[in-house]
Amino acid sequence: MALSPRTWILLALLLLLAAVPPAAAYFGQPFYLDLLRRVMIFAIAAISLNLILGYGGMVSFGHAAYLGIGAYAVGVLAHYGIHNGWLQWGLAIGASALVALAIGAISVRTSGIYFIMITLAFTQMLYYLGISIEEYGGDDGMRLNVRSQFSGLIDLNDPTEFYYLVLAILALFLYLSRRLVESRFGLVLQAARSNEVRSRAIGLSPYPYRLAAFVISGALCGLAGALLVNHTAYLTPEFMNWTRSGELMFMVILGGIATTSGPLLGAAALLLLEDVLQGWSVLPKWVHEHWQLYLGVILVLVVLFAKRGLAGFLPGKNE
Amino acid sequence: MNLVLIAEQTLNGLQLGVMLFLLAAGLTLVFGIMNLVNLAHGALYMVGAYLTTYFYQATGSFALGVILGLAGTLVVGIVTELVALRTLYERDHLDQVLATFGLILFFNELIAILWGRAAIYSTIPDYLSGHVELIGNLRYPLYRLVIIGVGLAVAILLWFVVSRTRLGMLIRAGASNRAMVAALGINIRLLYTIVFGFGAALAGLAGLLSGPIYAVQPGMGELVLIQVFVVIVIGGIGSVRGALVGALIVGMVDTMGRAFLKPALATILSPSAAETAGPALASMLIYLLMAVVLAFRPEGLFPSRG
Amino acid sequence: MNNLLLETRQLHKAFGALIATDQVDFDVRDGETHAVIGPNGAGKTTFLKQLSGELRPDTGSIRFAGEDITGLPSHRRSRKGLARSFQITSIYRDFTALDNVALAVQAHAGHGFHFWRPAREDISLRRPARQVLEKVGLEKRANILAANLSHGEQRQLEIAMVLATRPRLMLLDEPVAGMATDESQRMIEFLATLKGEKTIVLVEHDMDAVFSLADRISVLVYGRIIATGTPAEIRANPEVRAAYLGEDA
Repeated sequence: MALSPRTWILLALLLLLAAVPPAAAYFGQPFYLDLLRRVMIFAIAAISLNLILGYGGMVSFGHAAYLGIGAYAVGVLAHYGIHNGWLQWGLAIGASALVALAIGAISVRTSGIYFIMITLAFTQMLYYLGISIEEYGGDDGMRLNVRSQFSGLIDLNDPTEFYYLVLAILALFLYLSRRLVESRFGLVLQAARSNEVRSRAIGLSPYPYRLAAFVISGALCGLAGALLVNHTAYLTPEFMNWTRSGELMFMVILGGIATTSGPLLGAAALLLLEDVLQGWSVLPKWVHEHWQLYLGVILVLVVLFAKRGLAGFLPGKNE
Repeated sequence: MNLVLIAEQTLNGLQLGVMLFLLAAGLTLVFGIMNLVNLAHGALYMVGAYLTTYFYQATGSFALGVILGLAGTLVVGIVTELVALRTLYERDHLDQVLATFGLILFFNELIAILWGRAAIYSTIPDYLSGHVELIGNLRYPLYRLVIIGVGLAVAILLWFVVSRTRLGMLIRAGASNRAMVAALGINIRLLYTIVFGFGAALAGLAGLLSGPIYAVQPGMGELVLIQVFVVIVIGGIGSVRGALVGALIVGMVDTMGRAFLKPALATILSPSAAETAGPALASMLIYLLMAVVLAFRPEGLFPSRG
Repeated sequence: MNNLLLETRQLHKAFGALIATDQVDFDVRDGETHAVIGPNGAGKTTFLKQLSGELRPDTGSIRFAGEDITGLPSHRRSRKGLARSFQITSIYRDFTALDNVALAVQAHAGHGFHFWRPAREDISLRRPARQVLEKVGLEKRANILAANLSHGEQRQLEIAMVLATRPRLMLLDEPVAGMATDESQRMIEFLATLKGEKTIVLVEHDMDAVFSLADRISVLVYGRIIATGTPAEIRANPEVRAAYLGEDA
């Protein structure tokens, strides 16, 4: 099979991830199962953002909103006693798509600084909405006492089963996003990012394509939100905090924008970096206590000096 | 719902409006002239609040605290511009967003290291505290009137600078056509630093004024920054006039909404429904307003670019 | 009877006090190559932008193939067969030459909301794209990244993208701008092969190109057309000589 070197590396990474549960069990370190599952969930969110940010060139600062909507869809239904996973996750995707459509219809017409600020503002609006609804916990949030049920097909309470489900979804999303960006639709999106004036000149109007991409991206992130709330077993409006959006953007750029493996590499790098700064015993305590300071500096340095992201270090074709 | 309450809330709205204006004026110029998305603007607001509180307590003189606080913020702003932001002017918006996002983390944590994470207590001197008897039965805090006064004075000063001085002319020219100004041989770097310093000083001023009213704690900048973004989007990027109009509108709508929406809804909905819907809707009000403005004027009310 | 493919009536555009397009009546016959010349600052590019849809005129109208297109945005005009090339090369730098042309083909091959099949393996897009590249002489450079093409090759790619949209009318904005003599010769020869097949509006400074390609020439000075006629008529016109050509035309 003629696969590029990068694809082989990506497959190897996925295989490595698949080997984690048995390895963790063998070494008695269930913590890593948890950590990597979290990495994969954020990688899924990052894949969705990469679609519009990396390939589409739309600097959306509001992506955390969909994590929140997906999470709340699951949490709110559970709150009312509906634990059917199909329904919950279906609502997570559908609600996210609808909200993305509403926000996108207004914001996608704008560009540049306006687009950044508008997406940020709308996300913040949802955040405040979440805080003000006391019924669902206000700013304390809610616990998810019963995880999503899938009529016996899979038990999310089993860490390993849940892990493999997330891994399967990750692999699926990697494949889907790859096909999407190589399709006619994806090329138009990339073309509009590369040269908008030229695109109009040959007869393409970027707006409908960008809006569609925005909606698809939001919907996929909604699923990530549903996964996240099942992972943490609680949800708060903080899921939608704009700093969360910033983290997602960092994962995308850290990994390498407009690359297939970038989101996974970026999510892994950022979350592992945060974990290291907060807890690695080799580092002194004053690093642990104020890890955000060092993270901030590292992020600034990465932006200034490591533009191609981690995927830029992989061999293989330049996209 | 009596007139005194309405008058009081109107003044509150005005006060919030001028505060937002102080923050928005500098930021909108930075957006418009340097095409720089600076998320760390809120950090300067925070620095202003902290430095002023510190110097006031250290020297015992409010006036000295204000002067040193403003000067300190200006210095921090300019150093940040020279060290971290200069390289970002040439970069695309994504890089700017992420780099200034990193700066926010850095500043918030730095403040936490120096002064801890808990909110610190910021006071106002006696000669500024107390209430003033206004028309009717309205007793309004003197300090808030001072803020309104300062804000309006700054607005007039800015109007003067922007429309009557050479610097202002360069600023207006730069906001509508950056490349042209550079091509005319103006020292663009110096202009940028001056504009940025201006913005930093205004942010610091907003911070020191707000200290006694709102909480002084790490992260205080980001809470208000989003509102500032809404102001700028509504007013139009690069326009000081837009910043003033937008700020006053946002300040009024937000304040009035929070004060009167719940009671207003209670007249048509059940009390418990109004209890939930009121605050929820009130917090979303300015964003809905922004959406409406954008639907009709995607460039804001007073866009500076032709 | 000569069919008018494009005509403007009283086209007018002002930027503040500066009148860029001054009540311009302009027409292009089907199948002709009509050049627009004029001194720098005459408003040629502004005029062209109004024809392509990038700028809206203040007043006046534009008709294309009998239809009023004054309010139509540029991507819709492209769909109707009115294509434009740019004075400053505007291509997709991070795509290959073939990708560039294939995108232009795709833009006119139905809607782009196909989400699954790889577009680069779509014969119905790739084959016509290769044919166009062959026509302009770039077939050997098909897989080179557009950014890595020489300046002259990039100008050729510009034209290829215009051709790929199968236009009825081509608006060419200084197609030989910045080209070396032999490159521009080749481009002129190529454009000559299109004469009759396509209707062309050519904005140019290069007088070789203008006089060898044009059926008619319009002279634009300070936003006004001061003369329209055959190359011979224009050469002989005293007003034109005074305003623009100088003595040695």
